[in-house]
Amino acid sequence: MNALRKLFRFNGGVKPSYNKEPSTTEPIVDFLDVAGMPAEYVIPLHQSIGGVPHPLVAPGEHVKKGQLIGGPDGFVSSAVHASTSGLVKAVEHRLMPHTSGLTALCVVIEPDGKDEWIEHAPVPWRSMAPDEVRDALRDAGVVGLGGAVFPSYLKVNPGKKGALDTLVINGAECEPFITCDDMQMRQYGETIVRGAGILRDLTKAGQVLIGVEDNKPEAIAAMNAALKATGEQRIEIVPVPTRYPAGGAKQLIRVLTGIEVPHGKRSTDYGVQCFNTGTAYGIYEALELGRPLISRVVTVAGNVERPRNYIVRFGTPMKDLMNVAGAKPDSDRVIMGGPMMGFAMPSADVPVVKATNCVLVGSPALFPPPPPEMPCIRCGECAKVCPTDLQPFEMYWFSRAKIFGKAQEYHLFDCIECGCCAYVCPSRIPLVDYYRFAKSEIWARENEKAAADQARTRYEFRMQREEREKQEKAAKLAAKAAETKAKLAAAGAAAPEDDAKKALIAAAMARAQQADKAAEAAPAAEAAQPQAPQE
Amino acid sequence: MALGAIILGAALGYASIKFKVEGDPLVEKIDAILPQTQCGQCGFPGCKPYAEAIAKGEADINCCPPGGEEGIRKLADLLGREFKPLSEEHGVEKPKSVAFIDEQTCIGCTLCIQACPVDAILGAAKQMHTIVAKRCTGCELCLEPCPVDCIAMVPIPETVENWKWKYPVHPIKQVTA
Repeated sequence: MNALRKLFRFNGGVKPSYNKEPSTTEPIVDFLDVAGMPAEYVIPLHQSIGGVPHPLVAPGEHVKKGQLIGGPDGFVSSAVHASTSGLVKAVEHRLMPHTSGLTALCVVIEPDGKDEWIEHAPVPWRSMAPDEVRDALRDAGVVGLGGAVFPSYLKVNPGKKGALDTLVINGAECEPFITCDDMQMRQYGETIVRGAGILRDLTKAGQVLIGVEDNKPEAIAAMNAALKATGEQRIEIVPVPTRYPAGGAKQLIRVLTGIEVPHGKRSTDYGVQCFNTGTAYGIYEALELGRPLISRVVTVAGNVERPRNYIVRFGTPMKDLMNVAGAKPDSDRVIMGGPMMGFAMPSADVPVVKATNCVLVGSPALFPPPPPEMPCIRCGECAKVCPTDLQPFEMYWFSRAKIFGKAQEYHLFDCIECGCCAYVCPSRIPLVDYYRFAKSEIWARENEKAAADQARTRYEFRMQREEREKQEKAAKLAAKAAETKAKLAAAGAAAPEDDAKKALIAAAMARAQQADKAAEAAPAAEAAQPQAPQE
Repeated sequence: MALGAIILGAALGYASIKFKVEGDPLVEKIDAILPQTQCGQCGFPGCKPYAEAIAKGEADINCCPPGGEEGIRKLADLLGREFKPLSEEHGVEKPKSVAFIDEQTCIGCTLCIQACPVDAILGAAKQMHTIVAKRCTGCELCLEPCPVDCIAMVPIPETVENWKWKYPVHPIKQVTA
């Protein structure tokens, strides 16, 4: 460890009570070893940022563990795999682990109990082109496991310069209650360090800094031991001061490198990229073992008898985790993630997905209902604690008044929804709720605007086309008229030769006229006949 | 003085040619607010003609049902006019929908294809037609010409992707003194 490394700091931040100890007393254990297989795995197809993968299996099909069941759709998308071997019971809409309580397409697998792997082999990534490695990572379904679930293959990129200066591995884990990264570093430090080594080589990073908050001395010690054991070069474990939200990507980058990524830029523009420790673990498994991402470490904490970390297959119902951990009878809610940034779940029946770093069980005693919101007194406490240097009170006023343009001018979209502002607000205003509302309204409007612009161009194109077709038709008619005229003129010139023909036509017409007259006379006579008897 | 006048006059004349504004910028601004459904509910044959009529002062700002109340507010802001509720004779604000063709009933007559202002219907004579939902503006212009009534308007369902966070509401509690 380089004791002379200078650390920087981000503005603001808070120090909530961490409540991390209870879930760190027992080591991580595979959830299957303590609870067995659930009756069914419900695996949502949309588990990462970006396009919704399309289902590749049909009901009645037999799948093996690790088999591709959802193919990535579009540039930003990631594959989804079967969590175990078994029968595909259904491909249908099921309740999603999403605050909305809406359903989405899921693959439901009934396990056959054999837990049989599909054939897989290590990926020879060292001898592959960077694009091929990225494709392999996309098809292995590796996404950011820190919570944002952004497809990792898009981030494994040396950037415009061809090499990164610094690769940051995020082991800060600043959110209260959550200990999955901490415990994974303690138990699987070597795998994480090797994963970091792979990322270092893929991004051609000059140095790798693994940032760990200094309230995790065991994890720091374990990672340093792992570093020695693996002998990986240019990697350093850096303890960072414990302050929420030190685990935010931009915040950790600032603490470790001093680089403040400005509005509208990416960290790669400054030669820095950031991955979570769990993602480094997943990348090692995907490339060195050829195993797709089908499970992750999940903390079960809060209002439970036995808080602990488990390796959980995706698709396991959260209810099963709560039963094993012993949720207390007064539990009244399930939160995915931590108390600061987590999302309330519509039910405990929803499955564990790639974004589930923690299943936090709440009760009225643990998380009392929020006291009534009071008017903003413009004290400015929120601006003092904002880690992204925004003015939360301004964004609040404009979001509340639905003046979205102004809220955007105050850089609403730079807000990471960390909740520091709401945490310190003396008027107990749920500020983040207002920001989320404003953000989703702005997104919807932008989509509508884009659709309207597209409709306008399509309409204008149609008008143009109709006009063109009209002109073409007119031109065609004119051309045809000219053609017949020319023909007639030609016919006039050739008249003498046609005299015989003309005489024939005249004779035929005369015959026809005679026939007509005869026909006219006949019906008249017929009509007259039936009338005769009556008279 | 006369020389100065000539020089300045020439400069002005040049500027009027060089910086000539193509079209009416106000019409563009109004058109940008209108929803581009091209439905004709306002009584004009499209959004642009309605925008032109508003700019000329020939039409009121409250004749666009798809734009809704919000659209009227935006137009009122832009033009400095008073807000008015949506005019009832032009229709009512409905949830956003897209047209859907019942493929069992469709006879392939192409009448709806000719009616669609944004070319969102795919098909050919005596071939079943279908609607490209992504491109459909929900104008309902295809409903009327269909001889077999096989087109229905389906409201766009709420999904996890388009779900919106609700405005934070805090119930008011009765406090007994």
